[in-house]
Order: sequence, then structure tokens, then C-alpha cells
Amino acid sequence: MSDASSVLRGRWGYASITDHIADRVLTQPPGPLWRLAFWGTFCGMLAFGAATAHLLRTGVGIWGVNIPVGWGFAIANCVWWIGIGHAGTFISAVLLLLRQKWRTSINRFAEAMTLFAATMASLFPLLHLGRAWKAYWLAPYPDNMGLWPQWRSPLVWDFFAIATYIVVSFLFWYLGMIPDLATLRDRASGRVRRWAFALAALGWRGEARQWMHHERAYLLLAGLATPLVVSVHSVVSLDFAIGNTPGYHSTIFPPFFVAGALFSGFAMVLTLAIPLRRAFGLQDFITDVHLDHAAKVMLATSSVVAYGYLSEIFMAFYGGDRYDIAMTTDRWTGFYAPVYWTMLVCNVLVPQLLWWRSCRRNALLLFALSLVVNLGMWMERVLIVVSSLHRDYLPSAWGYFIPTVWDWAFLAGSLCTFAWLFLAFIRLLPALSMSEMRELVHERQEARP
Amino acid sequence: MNPGATQPSWGLAAEFAGADALLAAAHAAHAAGYHHAEAYAPFAIEGLPQALGLRSRGIGRACLGGSVLGALGGFFMQWYAVAVSYPIDIGGRPAFSWPMFVPVSFSLAVLCGAFAAVGVMLWRAGMPSLYHPIFNTPDFDLATRNRFFLALRSDDPAFDAQEARTLLARQDPMRVCEIRP
Repeated sequence: MSDASSVLRGRWGYASITDHIADRVLTQPPGPLWRLAFWGTFCGMLAFGAATAHLLRTGVGIWGVNIPVGWGFAIANCVWWIGIGHAGTFISAVLLLLRQKWRTSINRFAEAMTLFAATMASLFPLLHLGRAWKAYWLAPYPDNMGLWPQWRSPLVWDFFAIATYIVVSFLFWYLGMIPDLATLRDRASGRVRRWAFALAALGWRGEARQWMHHERAYLLLAGLATPLVVSVHSVVSLDFAIGNTPGYHSTIFPPFFVAGALFSGFAMVLTLAIPLRRAFGLQDFITDVHLDHAAKVMLATSSVVAYGYLSEIFMAFYGGDRYDIAMTTDRWTGFYAPVYWTMLVCNVLVPQLLWWRSCRRNALLLFALSLVVNLGMWMERVLIVVSSLHRDYLPSAWGYFIPTVWDWAFLAGSLCTFAWLFLAFIRLLPALSMSEMRELVHERQEARP
Repeated sequence: MNPGATQPSWGLAAEFAGADALLAAAHAAHAAGYHHAEAYAPFAIEGLPQALGLRSRGIGRACLGGSVLGALGGFFMQWYAVAVSYPIDIGGRPAFSWPMFVPVSFSLAVLCGAFAAVGVMLWRAGMPSLYHPIFNTPDFDLATRNRFFLALRSDDPAFDAQEARTLLARQDPMRVCEIRP
């Protein structure tokens, strides 16, 4: 399935494929739709900044969080965003090690997506701290009281895991982009742009020695990033699983979270890839085969997530713990039941369409489905965070979480900021890896003498 | 007037249109005794480093070393914090609860391993260096697009201007030219 001819259509050569991708950055001005989206999301980003300023001045009380539900949207958004951030590294690293050719044309922008999503994710816990200016207390540093972070706390593990993830993802992304930056350096016309690309390319010449070391380091980073993909969301899940709260305290959480992360991540890849390939005319590079493969991964991870839901229910009744049973029935019939059933429809029922090949190759349908899955996974994160906290052990400590307008503003603001970063990325940097596409052209030539 | 007569040239470069031509030329140059020949291509060509007699060493070891250092350093830091620097007795629980130190140690192992791999890769690849004589070659801006170059350096012990020119001309290049240093 994944040989070079099925993932690259048309009669492309080294030069034409390079020019097609580079011209999006260098010569072709963006269309009115791009400009509209860019400035629209820019306004959203400014609003996000203003909301953050209000939050820092007033406190987290502007959100709907209170005891017993102290986490609310902020933590749910964090878990959702970091989950989305998983697909990029999965595509880049795991599929590279598995020699999947279809990763080539989607890895660059999926990695960018990962970086931006992980950045959004890292903002929310910091804002949720209440005193965000003391966030550096999470890091071990020589303070004059001789204090250390609490090494047994998953929240500290989170800090290390997410920070490592962002740094390693950036290194991986940048390392892979160096040859392309050199291409842009050699093709840019303006002096400033040539200088900027030249500095960023670090003097890449495409020498055999450089390619050899580059390939080696890239492979090693893929090897390092592969366990990282699994570990980051596992650590995030431990924020919940280590807490002795009904609905949280479960050993299935790490794999369940990782599967959900890949599920929502691939949904976001499709959400971005389908408009991108249409706007940039990339149908020959991001073919229906790519969509088909990504949809298959979504179907597989959807099944794992569904298994997770079933297992949670089974374990509650099999374990016989009355609080777990109460928690489970409350999800079905309680205050947040609409969220639960919407989640099941979005994450389990609708993805069953992907069993049909015609659905997997229908771009429009996949785009709609990816939005549904994004929504469903967000619902899941909210449900996990909120439903367990609002019905704890003591009825006297029960309460509801109702999001305020600020909760929604922060969600919308982070979406706008993410979209703005992505729009800026596709304008300023090559959205597809030119050097790897040339390699694909070469392989196709070899295959067809 | 030949500019190479007044200024010693850095070497000779031949330009090729395809990967196979470059690969064949690299083999020929290596067979003729050029052990410092440099090949330039717009993508990683399988077998090209081997044709030039290059081997990638050190990056894997650096990566492993960085990872081990990161893991041990992270583990030591946590042990030092809870057992030596600021031990807290919480209901008699052991201070050195090592399973809880694994996630941070692992993160630091990956982080340090990645930095070591990238750092050593840049060093071994001679980066960053913004100037190189090969950039003076005509058409070299296409080396990152669709052209392939083989450069024979004049400081190579096997280098002889006349023989090198003949050797490159025999490989059917698009052109051969001298490189100013």
C-alpha cells in the first residue's frame, strides 16, 4: 500500500516538486481566505491575551471552578491539547521507524501542529496555578529556603514530561527542516529573507557527510521520541489515576489516555490536512491514500477508546465499590449525562463509518468526522475532569461545575491562537518536507525504470 | 587569463543532473584515490557516503551517553533532594521511594539524549558554518533543488589538476569548473 507511487501522484520531478512547495512561502501571496483567517484568529489571540490579563489580575474565580470541582475547563483543555499534540510526533517518529512512506508528506505540518498544541496545553496548568508568576517553583532551582519540588507528585512529573516533549518535538522538527531552510535560502530573492533563511539553515550544503549524520541523528531522535509519545500522556493520566477519587483511580488510564490522544491527534491532522491540501493544491502529495491511512488509525484508536469506556464500566461493577458504581450510573443519568452520551456518539458511534472504504476516501466526510471526533474527545476530557470531582465520597461535598463566559473565552482563545500559529507557519515555512519529497520522487524513478 | 593561475583553487567541481551519475562519479573518484572528495545532493542518496568512504560514528554513542547521564543525573537529583538535602518524615514512609523518581529520570534521559544527538550531529557535520568555498561554484544554488555536485579538493593528497579534470570529464558531467577558495 505504501510504496512510493501510491503516496505521490502526478508527474513530479525534483525541481517542480521543490518549486511547488517553496513558492507557497517565497513568491505566491496568500489568498484572501488565508488573510481573513489570519487576521480573524489574530483578533482571537488578542482576546486570549486580554482574558489572560484579566485572569491574572482577578484570579481563577472568573472561571466556574470552585470546591468541589477545582479543575474545570482549564485542566480538561490541557489534557485535550496535549492529546492533539501526540499525532505529530507519532507520525514523525513511530511511522519513520516503521518505514511508512505515507508519513513523508504530512509529517512536517503534523509536527508543527504538535508544537503549537503542546504550547497551548502547557499554558493552561500555568494559568490555573492561580499565582502564575510563581510557575518557576515547579523547576528545581537553588532557592534560599532550600526547598525542592515534590518529586512524588504527578503534577511535577507533568512539568518535566511536557517540557521535555515540547523541547524534543522542536528539535525533531527543526532538524528535519534544516535542508528545506537551505533550499529556501538558495531560492529566496530578498536580502533579508536570504539572510534569515541562511542563518536558520546553519550552513547546510547538502554534502554527503551532512546527509549521513543528519539521517543518523534524525533516526535517533525518532527512537527517543517514540517512547516519549507513549510516556507523556501516560504521565498526564497519572495526574488523575494517582488521585484516590472514584472514576480517576484506575490502572487503565495510561493506555486509555494514550489511545485517546492519538485518536484526537489524528482527527486534528485531518482537520488541518484537508483544507490545507485544497488551499495549496497538494492533492498529488496528500492523496486519498493518506486520508485512508489516517482514517484507519482513527478507527483503531476509536476502538481502543471504546474498549476503555467498556472496561471502566465493567471494572466499576466487577469491583463492587459502591462509589465507583454510583459514579458510573451518575455518568449515565446524572447532571452531566448529556456530555457522556454526546461523547459516546462522537467517539464510538460515528467513527464506525470508517469501516467503509468509500467513507475513508471521502475528504468532505472525513473533515466533518474529524470535527466530530475533536468535539467528542474534548467532551471526554471534560467529563473525566468534572464528573468525578462533582460527586465525591461525601454528599455534603457535592456540587456542580457550570462554565462561565470566561471558561468559553479561554477555550476559544486557545483555539484561535493555535490556528493563528498554524496559519503563520504555513506562510513562513514549507508545510511539506521538500527534501523528503525529492527522495520520494527518486524512489519512484528507481521503481519505474 | 586563468584565475586559477594567480590564486590557488580550492578544487574542482563537476555538476550532474541525476543521483545515479553522482553515485558513479563518487565511486570513480574514490577508486582513483580521492579520499577527501565531497559530494552534494538535494536529498539523502542511499550508498553515497559508503561510495566516498564515509562512516557515521559517534552520534549513537553520544546519544546513549547523554541519555544515561540524564537518567542518572535526574535520579541522583531526586535522591539528593529527598534523602539528603531536605528529608521529610511523612508517617514513617521511606524517603528514598525510588519508583516515584522514574518519570522525571526518564524525561531527563530523553531530553539529554536528544540534545547530545543533535549537538554531536552538528559538530560532526561541521555546522553551523555559514561560509564554504563550494558556495562559489556556479549553479550551486541548485544543489538544494535538483542538481548534484562532486568536488575534488586540491588539498587531497591524490589531487592533480589535470588528472582530476580528466577524471571528472569522463563521468559525463553537465560541466566542470574550478572553485575559488
